[in-house]
Amino acid sequence: MNDMPRRFVTEVPALVLDGVGFTHRGQRLLGPLDLRLEGCRRTLVMGPNGAGKSLLMRLAHGLLTSSSGRLQWEGPTPRQAMVFQRPVMLKRSALANLTYALAVNDIPRTRRRLLAREALERFGLAALEKRPARVLSGGEQQRLALARAWLTRPEVLFLDEPTSALDPAAIKAVEDAVLEFHAAGTRIVMSSHDLHQARRLADDVLFLNAGRLIEYTDAATFFTAPSSREARAFIRGELVL
Amino acid sequence: MQHKTRIALTAIGILGLSLTAQAQDGERYIVLASTTSTDNSGLFDAILPTFTEATGIEVRVVAVGTGQAFEIARRGDADSLLVHDTAGEERFVEEGYGTERADVMYNDFVIIGPDGDPAGISEAETVAEAMRLIAEAEAAFASRGDDSGTHRAEQRLWEAAGVEPGGAWYRELGSGMGPTLNTAAGMNAYVMSDRATWVAFENPRELTLLFEGDEALFNQYGSLLIDPERHPHLKHDLAEQWHGWLLSAEGQQAIAGFTVNGQALFFPNAHSD
Amino acid sequence: MPADANAFQTALALILGMDPVLLGIVALSVQVSLSAVLIAALLALPLGAALALWRFPGRGAIVVALNALMGLPPVVAGLTVYLLLSRAGPLGQFGLLFTPTAMVVAQVILILPIIAALTRQQIEELHQEYREQLTSLGLSRLRMIPTLLWDARLGLITVVLAGFGRASAEVGAVMIVGGNIDGVTRVMTTAIVLETSKGNLPLALGLGLVLLGLVLLVNAAAYLVGETARRRLG
Repeated sequence: MNDMPRRFVTEVPALVLDGVGFTHRGQRLLGPLDLRLEGCRRTLVMGPNGAGKSLLMRLAHGLLTSSSGRLQWEGPTPRQAMVFQRPVMLKRSALANLTYALAVNDIPRTRRRLLAREALERFGLAALEKRPARVLSGGEQQRLALARAWLTRPEVLFLDEPTSALDPAAIKAVEDAVLEFHAAGTRIVMSSHDLHQARRLADDVLFLNAGRLIEYTDAATFFTAPSSREARAFIRGELVL
Repeated sequence: MQHKTRIALTAIGILGLSLTAQAQDGERYIVLASTTSTDNSGLFDAILPTFTEATGIEVRVVAVGTGQAFEIARRGDADSLLVHDTAGEERFVEEGYGTERADVMYNDFVIIGPDGDPAGISEAETVAEAMRLIAEAEAAFASRGDDSGTHRAEQRLWEAAGVEPGGAWYRELGSGMGPTLNTAAGMNAYVMSDRATWVAFENPRELTLLFEGDEALFNQYGSLLIDPERHPHLKHDLAEQWHGWLLSAEGQQAIAGFTVNGQALFFPNAHSD
Repeated sequence: MPADANAFQTALALILGMDPVLLGIVALSVQVSLSAVLIAALLALPLGAALALWRFPGRGAIVVALNALMGLPPVVAGLTVYLLLSRAGPLGQFGLLFTPTAMVVAQVILILPIIAALTRQQIEELHQEYREQLTSLGLSRLRMIPTLLWDARLGLITVVLAGFGRASAEVGAVMIVGGNIDGVTRVMTTAIVLETSKGNLPLALGLGLVLLGLVLLVNAAAYLVGETARRRLG
């Protein structure tokens, strides 16, 4: 079942999960998973609600610690960033939210404003520079979150359902941003339950159901010839049991 | 944020420095532990400027109950004592805390009560009779109840009158003289006060002076010097100057010159020996 | 003359007369309470934030103790500081008793638990919201503290004001450790007690009104700052 593609070798280190599981209050929510994520790919993590998509991303990004198994990067841990379903903005201006991220990454004070303004420009937020970040619209906040991630020059970018609460125009902006990240050499790991979005963005698909890895294959194969009953049902838009 | 943090730190620095400066300026001062009755009457306001002018020594008065004043001095937190509990003062010297005690002045206690005088004490010959009349009438009586000099004097008067006070009419407040007078005014009760506090008191309502003049109501104040060996950090030289000035002709005159509404409240009686 | 009717006139006369003695008392009150609030905030804000962020054995006991100490009677705080600073006490050699510094120390003890306990509560909530984002940005818990405190600042202003209110209103502690010495340690509250015990109720109440006005002024200023910031930052 774990037909792991070994073809895409780039400089981004591979993430290896070896029997990784996550248990909360005695209930196993994820795993055990054996998995190798490699190459500068755009991987879409798919599956119904409660499949464990968010858990997997948080474990991979290091926000959670696995209850069992081993999770490690082959080689030096890459620079990573994560964009959440609901962006968390600090109570300050859009610009200050970006300079903050730069300060955290020890970028010299003199360069912060310049870099932050460039990022605002890149994500079409230049006019909103002085606005308090938390009064921006959902789409604007998500773009600001992407700009913030951009500034950390991530080698790996995790996105957890980044468009699920957005209108089509905002979704388009986020998807364009994802492609821009990828063009800059960033590996993408993004969860979504939107099949159309997956068709637009995915190089390969990682399909989870009920905490277990069902399929991990390139996108064309996943959408045309899924090997599992669950994935077939999911693609047809049926309830996955 | 850093900018504001800096402002805050600077502010703290300035406040801290100014407080330290306040604590240290004028090293030529002494702390005098005394009783509320002397302070509340305004005596210190009247006589301290004269002393400070003559000697350059500032006197910082901490006015508390006599019991607490003794405790402050015992712990070495005051340079000098001016209180009114002769027996307690003598014990303080005997126990080795004080080196010297001297009579400075006296005033007297008076019995205050409601205008109508329900117990009829204004007709009494002696204070013992007055106290007996109050007890027999079971008229409300407000007692300090705080083991102060005044409270101890009141207890001696009850004893001399052969009365053991108690019951609903006898109310122990556990308060200073002023608060006790306020409460007595509120419940129209009899109360014993030193004359100084009473004359200076501004909230008498229905209360009036009903009995005075018995020698048993005599209230002696004494000044004490604290043993320098026990508390070497204290400013004994300055305290001695204060003590000496109180007993000097100049100090005694200043005390005699202090009046409220034309009435002298303290009568200097330092012995010349 | 009824005390209450007179008090407003007295208060007005006190304020308009700019009596130097009164001004000195007001200045000392503000100075002592402000110093106490600043020192307590400097200690209690990081302490409260640390309690919100770390789980360690004994944490529960500290939280309960802080919550309980919010209700510490000022007299007890004063007595404790008195025994510490008294010449016969462990810190006696500094000669701080009956000085404004002693009053600051006592007030710090009174308000530190208030600021720390309420800060913990607010930071814990904010940390819930920010934790993943800040961790993702690579912040250690220690480095999160300034960010969380800064972003909780609107709520924390109220917390610090609660501390200031308690500091400037209390009398039991400063009376014992300050001694209510005229011109040295006499503050608004101890002056009010003194005037009450002299039976000078209009003056006492007038002083009370001045104190109330002062606290009102500080709160109004903080409210305005807070509202402006809230409108701007969302």
